[in-house]
Amino acid sequence: MQALPSTSANSPHARRPRVWGWVLLAPMIAWLVLFVILPMVILFVYSFCTRDDLGRVVFEFTFDNYRRVGDPIYLTILGRSIAYAALTTVLCIALGYPVAWFIARQREAVRNTLLLLVMIPFWTSFLIRTYAWITILKGEGLLNGLLLAVGFIPEPLTLLYTPFAVIIGLVYAYLPFMILPIYGSAEKLDNALVEAAHDLGAGPVRAFSEVIVPLTWPGIAAGVLLVFVPAIGMFAITDLMGGARVPMIGNIIQNQFSKAFNWPFGAALGVVFTFMFILAYALIQRRGARDPHS
Amino acid sequence: MIEIQAVTKRFGDYTAVNDINLHIKAGEFITLLGPSGCGKTTLLRMLSGFETPDEGLIRIGGEDVTHLAPYRRNVNQVFQSYALFPHMTVRENIGFGLRMQKVAAAEAAKRIEEVVALVALQGFEDRKPSQLSGGQRQRVALARAIVPRPSVLLLDEPLSALDAKLRGQMQIELKRLQKHLGMTFVFVTHDQEEALTMSDRIAVFNKGRLEQLGTATEIYHQPRTAFVADFIGEANLLPAEFVARTDTTVRVRIEGGLELNVSPAQWPAGLQRALVSVRPEKVHVSKKPVDCENVFEARVEEELFQGALDRLLLQFTGGTRLNAVVANESALLEAIHEGDRVWCGLHTDDLVVVRTE
Repeated sequence: MQALPSTSANSPHARRPRVWGWVLLAPMIAWLVLFVILPMVILFVYSFCTRDDLGRVVFEFTFDNYRRVGDPIYLTILGRSIAYAALTTVLCIALGYPVAWFIARQREAVRNTLLLLVMIPFWTSFLIRTYAWITILKGEGLLNGLLLAVGFIPEPLTLLYTPFAVIIGLVYAYLPFMILPIYGSAEKLDNALVEAAHDLGAGPVRAFSEVIVPLTWPGIAAGVLLVFVPAIGMFAITDLMGGARVPMIGNIIQNQFSKAFNWPFGAALGVVFTFMFILAYALIQRRGARDPHS
Repeated sequence: MIEIQAVTKRFGDYTAVNDINLHIKAGEFITLLGPSGCGKTTLLRMLSGFETPDEGLIRIGGEDVTHLAPYRRNVNQVFQSYALFPHMTVRENIGFGLRMQKVAAAEAAKRIEEVVALVALQGFEDRKPSQLSGGQRQRVALARAIVPRPSVLLLDEPLSALDAKLRGQMQIELKRLQKHLGMTFVFVTHDQEEALTMSDRIAVFNKGRLEQLGTATEIYHQPRTAFVADFIGEANLLPAEFVARTDTTVRVRIEGGLELNVSPAQWPAGLQRALVSVRPEKVHVSKKPVDCENVFEARVEEELFQGALDRLLLQFTGGTRLNAVVANESALLEAIHEGDRVWCGLHTDDLVVVRTE
């Protein structure tokens, strides 16, 4: 039945669905071209341009912008961005995995309530939530107040505008993006498989590393992408909670466009950065492709 | 091999397993049989360690394992869903237990090869479970569970996902395998035919209680409770009342007024009421008078043609009804049809008295 001759593709009846398919896809294609591909092309073109004294982009070919990206200052910042994002990702896995696993093992009604709790922060503006953290962490903030009140510390700690605050902000912001995909995988995992592992002599650690992790890997991989990639480019949290003392690559790029008016250089940073994302994504996907469950 | 002493397990208000005592001998094939929700699976899960008894004691090979974690027990389970690791090949699945036991690679490879041959899976070692048929997955699950050489193999309805024909084959193969290995098998099923075919002994469960423990023939021919009589095979259960006793027979009256002779060994002195159980295939039906201790006239109410067998619903004067199964002889003059008047005979030896309490 399905093997009807492919020559019928020439008949008007067979063609129509294909035309309709394109028509239905058109809005999405237009969206992607307009808001993804076109900006990327502009960025790419700008990255090879120069600018005049007033900061306007001049279409004059140069490699200088890319040469500048290789400057040790920027490489250091990029390295730092990756390190912060990596630490954020690791902490998100460490905190998010047990939470996701716990939620996945509950009864359905409880599961839905807990998932709702995980997602509730999304209903509040990201900036407001970040300011809330500032209120908690600042010198005369809630945390210091509490610690002073119980006599835990003699004088307020410097929490805000430190790397510590940046990490807290990043982990807080991205934790749900780790929990949700891991939950998605963990919820599908048949409990009999975990029991089978125990039955065959695997203690909790072996059962986790040999069965649970490989079978929830797609969720972990998705969580890593959703956390690591945006965390590298994050500039709002590093600005607000790091006090611009620990600039990240995101801050640098943002500054090129909004303060330094060096769009070509900002574009070059953006292009390099984008290619790194693509590379990282490809690597993770390759690892996932070896697993038949992704 | 396994001693289950006064084991009770509750889930909230629900008592899943109620005060079970059961001794399982080394090397025996025992079946835990009962309808769903009877507690058989919960009991099995307490043997594997996935559930802990609220009361009582479980010993395996003399060792108290009541509170021992599943991964510290020398028992393995074949899961109903097989629970094969989907990310591992057949070889890796089978070798998992050996790897956990830290068996040397060469030794493990040898044992995997042996067990693969035993369950006839040669050539499939490098496939993933998703590339196997239901029957093949079943064999992998079996191989994975026996290769670590457990003292007891637990099987949780392992054949229920297979089609009827394959199930029949696997029953025979399982029994053969169990004899070959000399391993203790604890098999859980709700299928009485499966239980009768394979088991050395059958433990019949109902509502968390052990109703009867015995060999297939004991359970079938001497059911001790109405539940067992009804659950194993088919049975006509006739409420009966004591009438008189002699040395050779006890006369009882069944509902509808018919009187039956039962064996005195079956009806203890002093018993007033009980159920008399008769298997449908033990009801002798003929158009000519039959030579039996109990003979009645009856009318064929319904006839159900079932190929080799004919199923009859007989009605006696007084309204008592009886199911009978007779060999189909429709080609002969002897054929019995709906509405016929027939003679019905019941041998005293075929009447089993089942106490209601």
